[in-house]
Amino acid sequence: MTFSYYPGCTLKAKGKDLETYAVKSAEVLGVTMEELEDWQCCGAVYPMAKNEIATKLSSVRALVAARDKGQDLLTLCSACHHVIKRVNNDMANDQNVQLKANNYMALDVPYTGETTVIHYLEMLRDRVGFDNLKKAVVNPLKDMKIAAYYGCLLLRPSKAMSFDDPENPTIMEDFIKAIGATPVVYPYRNECCGGYVAMENNEYATQKCNTICTSATEMGADAIITACPLCMYNLDANTTENNLPVYYFTQLLARALGVEEDAQ
Amino acid sequence: MSHNKETLREIVIETAGVNPRKCMKCGKCSATCPAYDEMEYHPHQFVSMVEAGKIEELMNSKSIWMCLSCFACVERCPRGVEPASFIEAARLALIRQQGKNHLKAEDVPAKLNDKLPGQAIVSAFRKYSK
Amino acid sequence: MQRIGVFVCWCGSNIAGTVDVHKVAEALKSEPGVVIATQYQYMCSEAGQTLIKDAIRDHKLTGIVVCSCSPRMHEATFRKTAAAAGLNPYMVEIANIREQCSWIHKDMEVGTEKAIILGRAAIAKVHLNAPLVAGESPVVKRALVIGGGIAGIQTALDIADAGFPVDIVETKPTIGGKMAQIDKTFPTLDCAACILTPKMVDAAQHDKINIYAYSEVAEVKGFVGNFSVKIKQKARMVDPVKCTGCGLCVEKCPMKKVPNEFNLGMDKRSAIYIPFAQAVPKVATIDPTACLKMKTGKCGLCATVCEAGAIDYTQQDSFIEEKYGAIVVATGYNPINLDQFDEFAYNQSPDVVTSLEFERLTNAAGPTAGTLLRPSDGKHPHTLVFVQCVGSRCDGAEKGKSYCSKICCMYTAKHAMLCREKYPDTEVYVFYIDVRTPGKNFDEFYRRAVEEYGVKYIKGMVGKVAPQADGSLLVQASDLIEGEQLKIKADMVVLAAAIEPDQSARPLATMLTASMDTNDFFTEAHPKLRPVESPTAGVFLSGCCQGPKDIPETVSQASGAAAKVIGLLVKDSLTCNPCVAHSDELMCNGCSACEKVCPYGAITYQDKEFRMPDRTTAIRRVASVNPAVCQGCGACTVACPSGAMDLNGFSNSQIMAEVDAICK
Repeated sequence: MTFSYYPGCTLKAKGKDLETYAVKSAEVLGVTMEELEDWQCCGAVYPMAKNEIATKLSSVRALVAARDKGQDLLTLCSACHHVIKRVNNDMANDQNVQLKANNYMALDVPYTGETTVIHYLEMLRDRVGFDNLKKAVVNPLKDMKIAAYYGCLLLRPSKAMSFDDPENPTIMEDFIKAIGATPVVYPYRNECCGGYVAMENNEYATQKCNTICTSATEMGADAIITACPLCMYNLDANTTENNLPVYYFTQLLARALGVEEDAQ
Repeated sequence: MSHNKETLREIVIETAGVNPRKCMKCGKCSATCPAYDEMEYHPHQFVSMVEAGKIEELMNSKSIWMCLSCFACVERCPRGVEPASFIEAARLALIRQQGKNHLKAEDVPAKLNDKLPGQAIVSAFRKYSK
Repeated sequence: MQRIGVFVCWCGSNIAGTVDVHKVAEALKSEPGVVIATQYQYMCSEAGQTLIKDAIRDHKLTGIVVCSCSPRMHEATFRKTAAAAGLNPYMVEIANIREQCSWIHKDMEVGTEKAIILGRAAIAKVHLNAPLVAGESPVVKRALVIGGGIAGIQTALDIADAGFPVDIVETKPTIGGKMAQIDKTFPTLDCAACILTPKMVDAAQHDKINIYAYSEVAEVKGFVGNFSVKIKQKARMVDPVKCTGCGLCVEKCPMKKVPNEFNLGMDKRSAIYIPFAQAVPKVATIDPTACLKMKTGKCGLCATVCEAGAIDYTQQDSFIEEKYGAIVVATGYNPINLDQFDEFAYNQSPDVVTSLEFERLTNAAGPTAGTLLRPSDGKHPHTLVFVQCVGSRCDGAEKGKSYCSKICCMYTAKHAMLCREKYPDTEVYVFYIDVRTPGKNFDEFYRRAVEEYGVKYIKGMVGKVAPQADGSLLVQASDLIEGEQLKIKADMVVLAAAIEPDQSARPLATMLTASMDTNDFFTEAHPKLRPVESPTAGVFLSGCCQGPKDIPETVSQASGAAAKVIGLLVKDSLTCNPCVAHSDELMCNGCSACEKVCPYGAITYQDKEFRMPDRTTAIRRVASVNPAVCQGCGACTVACPSGAMDLNGFSNSQIMAEVDAICK
């Protein structure tokens, strides 16, 4: 199984762990992640305004590159996934964006949203299969009680993301089960961590993250996993109460597959 | 409504791409908003104030910097109104004006720390500046 | 050459406001065959009709055109007018210059031009009209009621009391419907069972009513006055005649872990069961998906203990065919599935319940024997939050229903009030968008909940329900009046889920050729003037299958539908519609295309002897239309490849003449 892979800027710097463990684990699972050449930053937030075009072009370039290779486009960072998936929807459904982007880019073959954008977790669920993942696990994380933190970007708006039930998702819990650990369900797993507003207002993020971590702790979790470097930052650096160890989901995946050390 | 006010209202509605008249004023967006306590105007007010043409009030409100773009209001609105799109549109109406950036490049270094991911800087820059 | 009169109606300002009626009459005067063209303020009034009658006599008219409202409104009126003046009623044509012209145009000039064109088309058609004579068909004096809830029961009782036999077909093992699950009824707070069960017994004991419980309509053929219906009686594995309803089998059945539908899955029943104590018929039913004997062949305990010998594991579904003059649809409603609204945590906490579940939790025959206890731990709840409009009044495009479910405001007020009355230590919040209480003594009832019982009504919606580690539910909501975001720690949350038509309604509508709206509610023949009739003749509507309704409204409509049925069944015969299809046997090639598209089964084939040009004879297969069954829909005339099928009153040449006149 080979995918075009879009890493995004953070995964090459502060969030590189998310990527390293993902690539190593993918190898074990027979998945090849072919990083796109010359990818550009997606902008990290989806340009919601109907009349924004230029800010969507970097995503379109990645989508076109994957199409030209005839591959699905694999994402890992929640933010990149959100942006690229929604821009792809626009290219498929919003004539205004489609027309102007194509007009500007003057591609040989116009792009109209043909590429499938798939998140690493979706790849595990829909392509590898959690059952097969379970079979590949050599080091089941039996003693861990893990709270999945979904955040906002993977789930919402569900109409555009079609990732999982936006209010009662199961994909990360199923992932946790597959790697042999026990999932802990708590109500704030899909509530915001404070996001980019933490840049100018740390306390704000602290408030949100304390609610999230306290709830997860009360429900019996001893660790939290996330797929987003910004969530990781807020949960890790801006939580002051009931701090829990926060992991990228890929790190625990690598641990379960017995390749955590190799990745380092 | 004065001519300028009306034009501004039209621009904001066009930018948001949703119809404020679809709102049935149930307040579910404000019930769900994680930034409620930090805002002076709340998500449901963004919808009714846009409809009423009170755009400048929104542009000058701190609420536009507090929205987390978490899409909870978008997801849970029973009428498909997307209050977050109006907040985004009001913010853009401001920062698309020259010199009205909320976050300037020269302010960024002071905000950095060891752990802060690039994603946070890029996001904030996209949201707060043009 | 016909002698045609043209009568242009002003309809007050409805038509005259955007159509120059004088100009229309003037213009149509010069059309070929027109001997008189005039206008009047209200052509449907007595004076207007007299004007038409006088003109028919004075000018010896052979055909008339009335330029007025839709033929759905007044075609019958003007046909009667013509008949009274001695003109065949099928020599009347209506040019719809109101709904299809004046109401949709603003510009007088454009409207007038279009009205003239529409009038011209009708004149062209009248030229080709021929007098038609309607036949008669007999009426079967028996009614079918589909659905045995309060709507169906009331309709059946009223029809039966008028002396006509009625069959009720109910898909569940007992009649009673949703009302049997309800505890108290607003705004009087009488016990639902106390007022419903006597009616159920009345229905069971009525010598004119026959109940087919645990049965479904499988096939419908025929037409008004003469429907032929196939009813499937699902196998109960119990002989309903022998079963005495003693309940011994239910007691002894070892399989007791089946979710109990009657209590909405909040407790368990046995594999052989009687839904509730007052069930009608009080006959046990075996659930084949749970019964050990049926699944594994081992057990058979119920058959051993049954003294009446009523258990029969070999029972098969059986079919009954019956003829009816009229059919009443009373298929009811269900609360919607709440999977798409899990911000309210219905799938995440057992203490988040629907209002119907709440009814069972407060009902003496419910899973908690009438004591309000939290489903999760059986403890007494102290803080309850009611959320209105869950899935109602939504955009409708992606999730939820676009309509108001109508009954929720009142039952929520009832629940909140009863809660405070029975348990004064509770705090009760109701989150509402609007409180809608139009109805006799309804608003007073809601005000009592607020003023006398201290229910806290808060204008705003709940955004999220978060189940906490300590078992409580944190409700995050808007208080729009105070301008606050509230966080209430509740013990239970009750969701007023939107209601939708029962899922059996859509396939049934197809069988009945009855129309539905986009929400799968049955459409009425006229929203104001014919609210209990479906547009399909002989099919009537009762209760929530037509739209959300409370009990008093349902009962009124049920009696209304019964009155319409009685009005039909007292007739010995019905005048048929003469606008039926006929086949030109010389042109018919026997291809069966018409038979395949006919929704009424009106077309059959016959082998007929034809004389050929060379003086020999040949047998050819040709189509033949039964005029008593044909409803004149015209599908066959379109399907026929050789142009042999034609429709009386709407012949191909008439339609083409209209089109030509419009395109001229």
